[in-house]
Amino acid sequence: MNPLLQSLVGGLLIGAGSAVLLLANGRVAGISGIAENVLKGAVGEQGWRAAFLIGLILPAAVLGLGPVQQAGGPVLLAVAGLLVGFGTRLGSGCTSGHGVCGLANLSRRSLVATLTFMAVAMLTVYVVRHGWSS
Amino acid sequence: MNFLTALIAGVLFGAGLLLSGMTNPATVLSFLDITGAWNPALALTMGGAIAVAAPAFALMRRRGQTLTGERVDLPDRTRIDAPLLVGSALFGLGWGLAGICPGPGLIQLTGLGLHAVVFVAAMAVGMLLSGFAKPRPR
Repeated sequence: MNPLLQSLVGGLLIGAGSAVLLLANGRVAGISGIAENVLKGAVGEQGWRAAFLIGLILPAAVLGLGPVQQAGGPVLLAVAGLLVGFGTRLGSGCTSGHGVCGLANLSRRSLVATLTFMAVAMLTVYVVRHGWSS
Repeated sequence: MNFLTALIAGVLFGAGLLLSGMTNPATVLSFLDITGAWNPALALTMGGAIAVAAPAFALMRRRGQTLTGERVDLPDRTRIDAPLLVGSALFGLGWGLAGICPGPGLIQLTGLGLHAVVFVAAMAVGMLLSGFAKPRPR
């Protein structure tokens, strides 16, 4: 498949998953929130949160994960993981909850959150890859 | 039904993240590297996802209940506050360092690699610690 088409179809599937969870369960597909609740043992009615997370990893578990090129070693990933876990819960959402569902729901909070984490992430990559001076 | 529909939703979402390349940190970082060899493909992913989800949100906002008559649980907060801004900025810093957000992090666990395990374990610790910074009524 053409790489751009693949990215687009991937997006359509993500949107379809969000739509199904909303239309059938009445829930927002915010992965950080779902993960935090499951972590605390709150799996939801009939375990819907656990079911969503099982479904989420199922395609990779069955079809294979594909290429994974990590940005650094375990220390970098531990620091990044802490920031991602802490930040997404303090900010009430991540790329899925704010970036996809929140924007699709025309939420001003999600627009501000998405612009903030995109801008900081882009700035971070700029500093790491190109340095302050270049 | 709740379990089955959530499972199907998760499979669609997970397949989308896998197909779009969101599960490969190098792809995500090349999307964020706007002054370098920028790879804008993930903008199509985000746009495509929003385009499909938006009509469903519009319908649910109007109806107020799901297709099977259950309550729709949509966030009702509107205030742009410090936790939203600080949390999103910290998330952006972590996302820019590793190129992994929560969904792809969980999916990477299927590869059983040390890096993914370390990332997700640290993410879980970060989530639990956030409770101290943001006391929320439950």
